[in-house]
Amino acid sequence: MNVPIRLFARARDVVGKDVVLVELQPGSSVGDIRRRLEAEFPQLKSLLERSALAVNDEFAPDSSTIPSNAEVALLPPVSGGS
Amino acid sequence: MIQLTHDPIDYYRLTEEVRRPGCGGVVTFLGTVRDLTDGRRTAALDYEAYPAMAQKKMAEIERDVRERWPVGELMMVHRLGHLEVGEVSVAVAVSCPHRDQAFEACRHAIDQLKLIVPIWKKENWADGTSEWVHPVSP
Repeated sequence: MNVPIRLFARARDVVGKDVVLVELQPGSSVGDIRRRLEAEFPQLKSLLERSALAVNDEFAPDSSTIPSNAEVALLPPVSGGS
Repeated sequence: MIQLTHDPIDYYRLTEEVRRPGCGGVVTFLGTVRDLTDGRRTAALDYEAYPAMAQKKMAEIERDVRERWPVGELMMVHRLGHLEVGEVSVAVAVSCPHRDQAFEACRHAIDQLKLIVPIWKKENWADGTSEWVHPVSP
């Protein structure tokens, strides 16, 4: 299945697109998406390590399985501030 | 009530909207665009959200605050788009029967917002360069 991954902020600027399609086997996990993104976009590596992934608008651990027709987003660290 | 907006935040109206006869304490927090960060001068900021998730997370924070404090009303608004130095980027207004509750509830809401709501800012420095702010977690 082809899963669209939404990109934001520096991740989008680095890749040059706001959505990328990643081809995954059914039953793939969030961790698989991380590895695919890193392989396809090596320039994302350091940011990817610090980013969260969201599935259907919820933070998703690397172990969670991607449901079909999921909306996936790569979320770089938010700006925080103090 | 929570909101994302591209328009200037009317924090007077926001504060008025949370006032209740049963609430003797109202706290309004404003986050504004600062001119200096680590000695570098900011010209402007750009805020970007993942809108659906940002609204969902802000609604979660509102529910959480209402469970933990006796909130009369709570308003949480974040501005998106291009903001000049001094403009209000985020506002949280909370009313509670007593001021300690209102201070704590407001503090919790803004701290959680900064932690879990997917909104990013880009610094546009006065020297013409720009960069997204993605802090390394402590």
